[in-house]
Amino acid sequence: MKQLTKKLGKGVVAALVIVVLLVLSGSLFRVDETEQVIITQFGKPVRKPIVTAGLKLKVPFIQKVNRFDRRVLEWDGMTYDDLPTKDKLFIVVDTFGRWQIADPLQYFRRLRDERSAQSRLEDILGSETRNAIAKHELLEIIRTSKDREPVVDEDLLGIDGRGGTLLPIQKGRTKVEREIFDAAAVKLKEFGIELLDIRFKRINYNESVRRKIYDRMISERQQIAERHRSEGAGEAAKILGEKERDLREIESTAYKKIQEIRGGADAKATEIYASAYNQSKEAVELYEFIKSLETYEEAVDEKTTLILSTDSDLFRYLKTLEKKGE
Amino acid sequence: MTKHIRVPRNAPRGQVHLPAWLPTLAVVVAGVLILLSGLYSVPQDEVGVVQRFGKLVRIEEPGLQWCVPFGVEKVSPVAVERQLKQEFGFGTPGARNPTQYSPRDQWELETTMVTGDLNMALVEWIIQYRVKDPELFLFRVRNPGETLRDVSESVMREVVGDRTVDEVLTGGRQEIVSVALERMQEVVDKYNMGLRIDQVQLKNVNPPKPVHASFDEVNEAKQEREKLINIARGEYNKAVPRARGEADQKIQEAEGYAIQRVNEAMGDTNRFNAILVEYLKAPEVTKRRLYLETMASVLPRLKSKVILDADANSVLPLLQLDGQEGGRR
Repeated sequence: MKQLTKKLGKGVVAALVIVVLLVLSGSLFRVDETEQVIITQFGKPVRKPIVTAGLKLKVPFIQKVNRFDRRVLEWDGMTYDDLPTKDKLFIVVDTFGRWQIADPLQYFRRLRDERSAQSRLEDILGSETRNAIAKHELLEIIRTSKDREPVVDEDLLGIDGRGGTLLPIQKGRTKVEREIFDAAAVKLKEFGIELLDIRFKRINYNESVRRKIYDRMISERQQIAERHRSEGAGEAAKILGEKERDLREIESTAYKKIQEIRGGADAKATEIYASAYNQSKEAVELYEFIKSLETYEEAVDEKTTLILSTDSDLFRYLKTLEKKGE
Repeated sequence: MTKHIRVPRNAPRGQVHLPAWLPTLAVVVAGVLILLSGLYSVPQDEVGVVQRFGKLVRIEEPGLQWCVPFGVEKVSPVAVERQLKQEFGFGTPGARNPTQYSPRDQWELETTMVTGDLNMALVEWIIQYRVKDPELFLFRVRNPGETLRDVSESVMREVVGDRTVDEVLTGGRQEIVSVALERMQEVVDKYNMGLRIDQVQLKNVNPPKPVHASFDEVNEAKQEREKLINIARGEYNKAVPRARGEADQKIQEAEGYAIQRVNEAMGDTNRFNAILVEYLKAPEVTKRRLYLETMASVLPRLKSKVILDADANSVLPLLQLDGQEGGRR
């Protein structure tokens, strides 16, 4: 009998321990730093959502823990292959966004889980993105700064000096992103979702447009190449012209200088001669005489036939002595 | 075995009587083991983020550390000192970081960009980053690695989209890198990702393949331009310095002529003056002497000389008389 009660007592203790453990395990739960929790009772949320981490309590068995992410979550948008822009260019657009469950109760009521949240995000952000693309010209989605002055490489300008410029824009990429954000954020708020950011990840030309872009780039480059060639030829011609000009300048300057030098020397010589030959009447006479003699000496060579009369000063003695003596 | 253990008399059959201290020992040993199981070590370049029942309680430095076992405390190691890398448009195999590069079929999509002048460029780049704040890194953003990739791609396109294709391909690389780094860090801070971007580097930046040839053509044309200019310069250099030298030569010659001319003039006049002095002393004689001297030097050179009688009427009779070589007498 004593043994029986002892056994019974042991059993009761064991049962009690099990019950206590069960109750504890049903009422204690942990919440991670990355989580927030909604407690539901028969499917209906009770109490405020738990947004702090640690060991928490609930009524066991009848209350259920529903965990949601408290972190910033990703939304990777679908890639649209042929969205038309306002200027009728077809482009490939890939967007991404970041969001958070800001109101877990609302989120829980409207969406239940992340899968439906992602599909709702895709609906709303996707359609806002398409709208925004259709409303803007491509340039507005590509560029960001309104008045950035590009650095122009002189070497890469076209024949007419064009190229290397950025056309003016009205809004720019960041503003278009902002428009999508503003439109979508309001709609997402009623799902308990706070949209943090939406950005274009990739924007590219659609396959069909790409060919045309390549052709344009090729023709642009060919124009630049053409410019270089013609510039080269022009520059070369200019240098050759300079050569011609410099040659003529050098030669004519030298000629001028030579003539001046020679002229100066001739003048000086003339002056020297004049001052010597012109010093007196006798000097003039002597000069004429000597000069005549020199001229004879130079003018007469072996082919010259000289006919001299016996009247001449030289030969007057040849015929007779008397004549002189007369 | 049971032989050595003292069996109390009232013990039920088959049951072994344990010594009274044995359970205590077992409890102590078990306790020590349990406590020891809470030991762990944090490597040099990491920190251990400790959560108790999910709640962040402390961050442990490298070294041997202890936490409450039995799932009460959980440790997540975060490599704070390690520099991590992400590659865009290409991938270096053997990476430990799972988000270092994307699948190969994404590479082309990653690199293709539209530039601010609506041209296209292929840009490859890398970013290097590290965990700045382990708490934010673990708890603030889900998939921080993927998020960083998205941010990096988006920002790089934003920066390239603000530049001309020429800036992207040639001159503007350094500027692109610094602007991109700054903006990536801005977005990362906005998301509270707890990351610090150390570096952005542009790798290969190319025009799209179909237009490659035309870009090369520009370079060739540039070379050609230089060549044409160099040839022309060569010709200039061949001709002009030489002409300069020749001009100098002629000028020197002219100067030589000038000196010669003046010297000769002075020589001539000096001689003349000397003669004049003599002449003035005896003009008639000197004149005659000079005349005769000249004749003496001139006449012997002549092959034909004709001397006529002053009384004869004409030259003719004499020439007839003598035939063709009338002068030789």
